[in-house]
Formats: sequence, structure tokens, C-alpha cells
Amino acid sequence: MTAIFGVPIQGLLGQLLLGLVNGSFYAVLSLGLAVIFGLLNIINFAHGALYMLGAFVAWMGLQYLGLNYWLMLILAPLVVGAVGIILERTLIRHLYKLDHLYGLLLTFGLTLLIEGLFRSMYGVSGQPYATPKLLQGGVNLGFMYLPIYRGWVVVASIIVCLLTWFVIERTRLGALLRAGTENPKLVEAFGVNVPLLVTLTYGFGVALAGFAGVLAAPIMQVSPLMGSNLIIVVFAVVVIGGMGSILGSILTGLGLGVIEGLTKVFWPEASNTVVFIIMVIVLLLRPAGLFGKEK
Amino acid sequence: MKLRTLSTALAFAGLTAAGPGFAAGISNDVIRIGFITDMSSVYSDIDGPAGVDAIKMAIEDAGGEINGKKIELISADHQNKADIASSRAREWIDEQHIDLLLGGTNSATNLAMAGVAKEKKVPFIAVGPGSSNLTNSQCSPYTIHYAYDTVALARGTGGAVVEHGGKSWFFLTADYAFGHSLERDTSKVVKDAGGTVVGSVNVPLATTDFSSFMLQAQSSGAKILGLANAGGDFVNSVKAAKEFGITSTMNLAGLLVFINDVHALGLEATQGMYLTSAWYWDLDDESRKWAQRFFERNKRMPSFLQAGDYSAVSYFLRGVKETGTDDADTLMKWMKSNKVNDFFTHDTTVRADGRVLNQMYLMQVKKPDESKKAWDYYNIVAKMKGEDVYTSPEESTCPLLKK
Repeated sequence: MTAIFGVPIQGLLGQLLLGLVNGSFYAVLSLGLAVIFGLLNIINFAHGALYMLGAFVAWMGLQYLGLNYWLMLILAPLVVGAVGIILERTLIRHLYKLDHLYGLLLTFGLTLLIEGLFRSMYGVSGQPYATPKLLQGGVNLGFMYLPIYRGWVVVASIIVCLLTWFVIERTRLGALLRAGTENPKLVEAFGVNVPLLVTLTYGFGVALAGFAGVLAAPIMQVSPLMGSNLIIVVFAVVVIGGMGSILGSILTGLGLGVIEGLTKVFWPEASNTVVFIIMVIVLLLRPAGLFGKEK
Repeated sequence: MKLRTLSTALAFAGLTAAGPGFAAGISNDVIRIGFITDMSSVYSDIDGPAGVDAIKMAIEDAGGEINGKKIELISADHQNKADIASSRAREWIDEQHIDLLLGGTNSATNLAMAGVAKEKKVPFIAVGPGSSNLTNSQCSPYTIHYAYDTVALARGTGGAVVEHGGKSWFFLTADYAFGHSLERDTSKVVKDAGGTVVGSVNVPLATTDFSSFMLQAQSSGAKILGLANAGGDFVNSVKAAKEFGITSTMNLAGLLVFINDVHALGLEATQGMYLTSAWYWDLDDESRKWAQRFFERNKRMPSFLQAGDYSAVSYFLRGVKETGTDDADTLMKWMKSNKVNDFFTHDTTVRADGRVLNQMYLMQVKKPDESKKAWDYYNIVAKMKGEDVYTSPEESTCPLLKK
């Protein structure tokens, strides 16, 4: 059997594929962050908490209302988006004119509040969420056993990422959005309701987090801490990709997932630090990130 | 202070054994218990606020006072940080004059608190931590280790699994002190019983995705996947094992599993798993009765740590009542010469090194169709005597045992 550094090639292929699965989560989450930062200039630290909220809404839907996974995959992001819109209207919009730090502090505070609320209601052990019937089981790919659900995560994430990129970069709505953030006064003069656009953008960005939360629910335990475990890595992904770069955050998310997966084979102890090592190197060589533009 | 010196002298002279008539009294007119544990993070479900409530139950059952002196409880969150735990313990001893320091979850914080208690000569009972060092290499005349330790877990689960044919092991180990010592202790048990350890992987604490490690475990060809981790890490690794079909070729052995973990994962994912536990709510009538009371107050069944919290405090208060004093040396002497006897553990001695030799149970998680009601999760496979599962005096390096 062929081997690289003592690891059989089959094993390596398996790890690559798994890295891609995790990368999909990074991609969807960092995409939401990138959209919000790129268009609103807000460092949304509440992203992890809203991701957790998405998973919990899915769990609650099943537990209390009997709504299945597929319904919640659409409903939960809408609920999380609505929560985001309320937050944006009541709190975040007051900070647009201030330094980034204020937005970061506010959203960090929100994170603590939301997590604390769920922790006191449900404890930290988490709630189980069964994989939907249609996606149970797995396929033997020869080099590994791939649970169907993991495959679905990759497919769903990539579709959502591409759609988002398309809407923002290639449609009239996206063009308005970009123009609105560049020069709101001028765009308003054309009769466009810019504050509404901004609110909806925030709502959409966090809805992406909610979507990732629903995707994660059957894989991970639905727990109040699930967001805080992930959010720091996701921020690192955004920094590496370049703050605000949409395509950059998608590609970086997937790429870093793969690199992290390989680290788990060759040096498992370092697997949760590797992303930050890369971040340091990237910041030293390209301070604006891999895909970011220097301002 | 004078009283304290006097009673210490008496204790050394062996006179306190003369009977309750020799009361040195209760200092500061209050019996104060300080409890430091994880109140908000990964280990707060297995101990935490519900552990505080278990202690309150013990105080209520003792009548809230002894010889007219009120029993008071203060508690704090150590956030899993050893420095917070030790500075809080120091503050409480110096300013609040606590008579008992009770340690909750997390070995690192407890090793730090044990040091403070030793220096200040205050009784310290550790219920939540796993590390066997508390009564071995780092033992102290003021430390008592209640309920369990990593050696007992290793001998319980490790021994049973090898006996049932699980000869080759692969370890998934939480990459910090607790995980390493659990792996070390279990590997020894496995090898001594004629088994082999084919490999292990150190996983960073609080990893969200275990799938990669599952593939590594599977390609090792081992029969048993030993999970030397706890809490959320344990839960997520079990989920990943099931998802990746590991359970069709390997059996899981959870080395530290609490009933809260099983509840969170559900029986579908955990059925058939062996685990070692000091106590289970459905052991006998006495346990069920206490657990029911706890359930009504906390809306969930107690973990064995929470039951241990109750037992430890009840035992300590019994000591205060019988000796009529809150003097540290008198109480340490009392505890090391009187047995624990309640629903948690029967007729149990506390060894000179502070190890409480309570029994351990080897459990197997029920199949979903065997479970008749909520929280009905375990079948008892074997009861193991404390003398057999904990480090023996010959193996221990604690000087308190060498006389």
C-alpha cells in the first residue's frame, strides 16, 4: 500500500474528505460574518451564539411542535434572522458611526446573554438531535465509510455559499447593497431605502449562522456552548481570507477545514491551534488577508 | 485560637476518644462549609448548582444546626481555573473561617485547594475530581477523597472489558492531566490482564469534531475504543463513533461516564456501553428515596457526584455532632476512625491517606426497550469492593500509609 509519512493513502483521502466537511461549516459561518462586516462594518461576535440558537430552534421545533428537520432547515434560519433583525433595529444600528470596537463589545455582550440564558434553561450537557431518516446510514467509498449526512452537509453548504455570492456580486439587489454601504446618501437620493437594506443584510447574515446551526444539530450535541467552541476559529478564518471578502471566506473556510483535517492525522495535539498559526503567518505576509484588498 | 491549640493537644494525646463529653466547642458560633466547583461551564451539570442543592439537603437533614450553632454554606465558581480555586479557598479560610472546604469537579483546581487546606490545616473533602494523585503522590493529612478516582475507573471499566473479551485497545485521550492519567491507569490494567494497547491519540480539550480520530481508531484494528475523556468531549466522541459506523467493528468503553451524559446522548447511542460508577439512583430503596427528593427539587436525577456531595457533608456533620467541635485535627481523626454509613455507601472506612474506600459498580447501559421509565438507564453488572478497586497501600507512595 502506498503511504505518505507512514499514513496509508486511503486514510489520507478519508481525512481530506472529513476536512472538507468541517470546512463547509467554517465556510457558511465565515460567509455570514464576511457579509455583515463587508456591508455593515460590524464585527459580529454574536455569530456563534446565533449559530447555537439555530440549532436550538431546530431542536425545539422537533421537541415541542413535532416539526421535522427539513421544515426546520428553512424555519430556523428565518427565526434566527428575525431575532437578528430585532437586535439590529434596537441595538446595533446605534453603533454604525462609532469605532468597530463598540460593535464587537456589544455583540460579545449579546453572546454572553444568549448563551447564559440557554445554559440556565437547558444546562451544558446538550440535547440529542437525531439524523433525519432520509439521510441516515452511510456509503462505503472504498477508502472510508462516509455517513450520508456528512455528504449532505458539504452539498448544502456549497449551494448556499454560491447562491449568496451570486446574489451579492451578480444581481441588482447585491449591487444596490454594495452601493448603499459605499455611499448611503447618494443611493438614498435614488429613492432606495438604505436602512432597510442594511437591516435585511444583517438578518440574512445571521440567518446563515442559523442555517449552519441546523446543519450541525445532528452531528454535534445541541448545547449552549457549541457556538463559543467554534466562533474563534471562524473569526480566524475570516481574518485569513480577508475581512469582508465573500469568495475569500468561502474558499478559506474549505481550505482550512482540509488543513485542519490533515493536522489531525500527523500531529493531533496541534489540530486546534493550526488555524491560528496560519493566521499569524498570513497576517505577517499579507496583512489584509489572502483575498482582501488593502485600503 | 487557644481552644484550637488545646483541642489539638488533646487530640494528639488521644483523649478526644474518651467521648462526647470532651467538647472543645465550635469556633465563631457557626459551622461554615465552603464549596468550590464548576458552576457554569462543561462540568456544571454533573455537579454545579445541583451539587450545592445536595449539600443544602444534607444541612437540612442535620437540622440546620448542631448544639445550637447554625450550619452555613457558601459556594463559588472556580471556572476550571486552579488559581481562582486556591485564592478563593485561602480567602474563605482566612476571613470566613470555614470549617470544611469541599472540592467539586476538576482535578487541577482540587490539587491546588488541597495544598491550601494542608497549609492552613482545614479539613478538605474532594468529591468531584478524578486524579488519584490526591491521595497518592500529593496526599495530605487534611485531604479526604470521596466517591471515585482514575485508578478505580480504570480497574472497574478496564478490567471488566478485558474480562469480556476486549483484549486490544485504542485510546482517545483528552490532552490534559486528567486524560493522560486515565489512559495511563487503564493501559496498566489492560496489559496486566493480558490485553494490548495498539495505539492512542491525544485530542485537544473541547474539540468539536471527532470524526478524524474515529477513522484513525478504526484503522488501528483494535477491538475496544477507550474514551479517556469526559463531559462534552465524551458525548461528541460517542456521537461520532456511532455516525461513522465504528460501533459495528469496535466496542466503546467510556472511562468516566455520568448519568447526565447518558441522558444527553440517549440510550440509542449508548446502549451496551460499560461504565464504572460509585452510585446509581436506582440501587435500592434508600437511594431511590433520596434521589426522588433530589429530583423534585432539581427536576433531574442526581449524578453520583451530587449524591457524594450529600454523603460527604452529612458524614462531616455527624463528626461535628459526635465530637462536639469543629476543630480540624479532631475531625480528621474522627473521620479516619469512623465509618461512612448512608444511602451512598455502607460501612465504608476512610483510610489514613484520606481515600474513602467506597464500593464501585460496574454498569452496562440498557437497551432502549429495556428502559421502563425516564432515567432508567443502567444494569448493574458487578459490585466491586473499595479495597479492590482503589490503589492499595503497597502500591501507594503516600507517606501517611507507611507507618
